[in-house]
Amino acid sequence: MKSSAFRKLFSLFSSLIFLFLFYSPAQGAESSAPAWFDKNRVNVFIVLALFFAFVIYFINRAQKGKSLFVRRIPGLDAIEEAVGRATEMGRPILYISGIEDMDNLQTVASMIILGNVAEMAAAYEVPLLVPVCQPFVVTVAEESVKQGYAKAGKPEAYNPNNVRFLTSEQFAYASGVNGIMLREKPAANFMFGSFYAESLLMAETGFSTGAIQVAGTANIHQLPFFVVACDYTLIGEELFAASAYLSKEPKLLGSLKGSDLAKLLIMIYLVLGVLFVTFGIDIFLRWVFVQ
Amino acid sequence: MRREVPVIICFLAGALFIGNYFSPKLQPVAQVVNQWAIICIAFAYVLGVANIFRINYQVITRKGKDWIYKVVLIVGLILMIYLGIFRGVKEGTAFNWVFMNAIYPMQATMFALLAFYIASAAFRAFRIRSWEAALLGITAVLVMIGRVPLGEAVWKEFPPFTEWIMNVPQLAAKRAIMIGAALGAISTGLKVLIGLEKTYMGGE
Repeated sequence: MKSSAFRKLFSLFSSLIFLFLFYSPAQGAESSAPAWFDKNRVNVFIVLALFFAFVIYFINRAQKGKSLFVRRIPGLDAIEEAVGRATEMGRPILYISGIEDMDNLQTVASMIILGNVAEMAAAYEVPLLVPVCQPFVVTVAEESVKQGYAKAGKPEAYNPNNVRFLTSEQFAYASGVNGIMLREKPAANFMFGSFYAESLLMAETGFSTGAIQVAGTANIHQLPFFVVACDYTLIGEELFAASAYLSKEPKLLGSLKGSDLAKLLIMIYLVLGVLFVTFGIDIFLRWVFVQ
Repeated sequence: MRREVPVIICFLAGALFIGNYFSPKLQPVAQVVNQWAIICIAFAYVLGVANIFRINYQVITRKGKDWIYKVVLIVGLILMIYLGIFRGVKEGTAFNWVFMNAIYPMQATMFALLAFYIASAAFRAFRIRSWEAALLGITAVLVMIGRVPLGEAVWKEFPPFTEWIMNVPQLAAKRAIMIGAALGAISTGLKVLIGLEKTYMGGE
């Protein structure tokens, strides 16, 4: 299918979805049937629509060739350094994608980073070990790694045995990963995704083996553990920015700018909200609550 | 076509669940699609087990490193599948006995080890090497003292002071990270939905 045809199809689907959302035949009439649009969530809808608009606007801007500045993220710069170190030491790289399934966006982000790491690993000809905690993630991880090797021009170097399903039990998985760290002695450990109590078990074991460690999660309670035990930590949003940062693809960088603008608006909203509430006007406060 | 069809499916599924949040009418449809997803994920376990068999079987047949442990793994896997399917999983069954007397204690042991890992990580974190580390160390000590009876005995304002640290500066930083992460997650979701991000599909 040609890309222009695909774009038309995509526009058609989006229009249908939006029409579907706004079409409200029960308006003004008393009806026990559920409404087409939950008016209590109109605030969320406006914010989401604005956010989507920012992202799409900046993607278009980037496509037109406008240069977009993205600040340096040391944790992401360290990925290539870590891969290089593994090459020099002749030891493998270990990539851990968290313990959640594909329904968690952190795992999705992790799979995207895995593709970039696989490309680097293929270019440097260093083995990449990917122990996985969820069976559904195995298939996606296999595809991401395969694509990374193909992008680097070395599809034949891809070893399907290196993407391994261990177990979906949290602590059994942690002990399995620790075993790989102690036996295979990877020179670089990457931990990107959603982690819980097992984060420190793995990060400390990795630290004890002397591996260079880069971790990233949006699970706030695990961040201190990674900060302590890893050389670099991607905090929250940096995990989601990784694919754009690593690939430097203008379309993806555009989406980062969209997020940044949304953050700026939230900050302005927070400051205004604080000022208004201080002076006894609670319109900003009431508007943000979802009924 | 190999890439466009999955992107369209992904877009439709994503749009349905976004729509479900805003439109109560879509809830029954979303519930059905959710059930489809659960069934698909259940089938993924077959792929997971196949992956375990494939990788470990190769090591066993080649008599590779630690091959004997792979035998234990495969035997354990087959045994548990057999016990679960043919003898049931309720209390009093062999499956339940193995789970309660082998798997459960081993998992509890791993969890208990966390205390020692926290101690070693805390030791490194609280070494005062810079201004930031000093601030972290002093704050941590204050919070710890304020959360035990000794703190209140030393100074009765210790517990409220600890609560202030937790509820004001700590929570502010935490919320800032949460807002950033939430926007990043929405942005990633949007990129996947509109097909800007296709790495996870492979096939190039």
